Amino acid sequence: MQCESCGGDDAVIRYTHIEKNEKRTLHLCQACAAARGVEPDGEPAPAPLSDFLAQMGKSLSEPSPAGGVCPSCGLTLAEFKRSGRLGCTTCYTHFAPQLRALLRRLHGGTQHMGKAFVAPGPTSERPLTRLLNLRRSLQRAVEREEFERAAALRDQIRRLEEESAPIGEDA
Amino acid sequence: MRELTDTPSGGLGWLDAAGPEAEIVLSTRIRLARNLQGYGFSARAGAVDRQAVYERVRQAADEIPQLRGGVLVPIPALRQRARQLLLERHLVSRELVGGAENTPPPFAALLLGTPESLGVMVNEEDHLRLQSLLSGLRLHEAWELIDGLDSALAERLPYAFHPEFGFLTSCPTNVGTGLRASVLVHLPGLVLTQEIGKVLQAIAQVGLTFRGLHGEGSEVVGNFFQISNQTTLGQAEDELIDHLQKMVQQVIQYERRARGVLLRDAPEVIKDKVWRAYGLLRYARALSLDEVMNLSSGLRLGISLKLLPGPSVLTLNQILVFSQLAHLEQMTGRALAAPEVDAVRADYVRRLLEADAAPASGAADPEP
Repeated sequence: MQCESCGGDDAVIRYTHIEKNEKRTLHLCQACAAARGVEPDGEPAPAPLSDFLAQMGKSLSEPSPAGGVCPSCGLTLAEFKRSGRLGCTTCYTHFAPQLRALLRRLHGGTQHMGKAFVAPGPTSERPLTRLLNLRRSLQRAVEREEFERAAALRDQIRRLEEESAPIGEDA
Repeated sequence: MRELTDTPSGGLGWLDAAGPEAEIVLSTRIRLARNLQGYGFSARAGAVDRQAVYERVRQAADEIPQLRGGVLVPIPALRQRARQLLLERHLVSRELVGGAENTPPPFAALLLGTPESLGVMVNEEDHLRLQSLLSGLRLHEAWELIDGLDSALAERLPYAFHPEFGFLTSCPTNVGTGLRASVLVHLPGLVLTQEIGKVLQAIAQVGLTFRGLHGEGSEVVGNFFQISNQTTLGQAEDELIDHLQKMVQQVIQYERRARGVLLRDAPEVIKDKVWRAYGLLRYARALSLDEVMNLSSGLRLGISLKLLPGPSVLTLNQILVFSQLAHLEQMTGRALAAPEVDAVRADYVRRLLEADAAPASGAADPEP
């Protein structure tokens, strides 16, 4: 089919839009559709990561204060830029300045707001973390007027408080 | 641990069409990405690290009620067809079964929990990918399930966690909560009224994203769309889930309105479309998978608009999964080549519709 914009014979996209309150449909080739900001049908939205990584090429090429190689797994910034994957836990601390810029673009911020994690160990902190997580969920449930869920959460909190109290007293 | 075939429904509970909004929402899935401190992330992990991760997760699973009675499936030990079956049932990702090259990563495994709507993929892109998969629109329920499993695992495994960045993941797009919640919706009304583009645009503007039925990079087929959160950092889990829930409910409303418009403005066209789809699926002798997907989309619409007396949504859901290649091969017990597979598929669909046909016979046509 002919492209109704440039006249080429490879119209592959049906472009429907509203012009002066009237619906119009145009058959367009890939290039003319792209010029109107239309992605080909069925194509997934472009992965934002590769775009962001390409855009931030400049900040990534600046050496990080401690050098451009992760001291734990040996990942370099260039490799990260190519693959989009980090190598280990240490990468996050080692490349933190560059990552913050990336995370702000990807997520709009860098501060985690969800569930917290405390390393497993024979400390009394674990039930405490769970309790804190549960209390926060309870607060949200009440705010949203989900009373059934709030009641279930309240029971869970009570159970946990009862379970952990004797341990605290024994210790 | 047991075999996958011993589980009540082979991990297919999400097909039961019993969840809320089952007419439009096929399933709800939440996954959490987690990694362990002290081991390289999957992309850079050698066999030693991968084995250590596998062993630690296996041991932790033995102590956790949600996983103890479940099934452990080491992916590399499976035959190609068995791996494909898991993929077709949405229990594993393409990456876990080896992607296009068909070589699963070393020590890749699937833990299927109890209830079997809970699972853990081990040594995928992240060390652990927890997932909960339920029928219908049940985001909060899916979150409670997976949150419980995650907390139980967190008491036994040294999760990689950073006070600022949250749970650390191989890809920075998942860091923070590591949470991706997605809802699989069927939107033929919006597609037929050509409103779908606007809705998808709106979805993108509110921080959500959409994909086809088969996940990342897959095409939209059969009018199925997976809507999910785009960002994972900076908002708490239940905020992310609430937001998705609200937006999906709005999409459902738009879809209902679009179906209403179709019924009002073009009832005869829609009726004809739906019955033609039924006729083809019921009597054709060769069907490609895309054909089945698109025709059964018509049936799904017809049933929901009460233009067709049957089959049940459950039957349609079964068709969706069981008419895929590996499932057909499993049924016939042999490899199927190109022309034959379409005939086998048509045969299977026909038998299923026949069995479900009592109310859908010609006499039930509202206008004889």
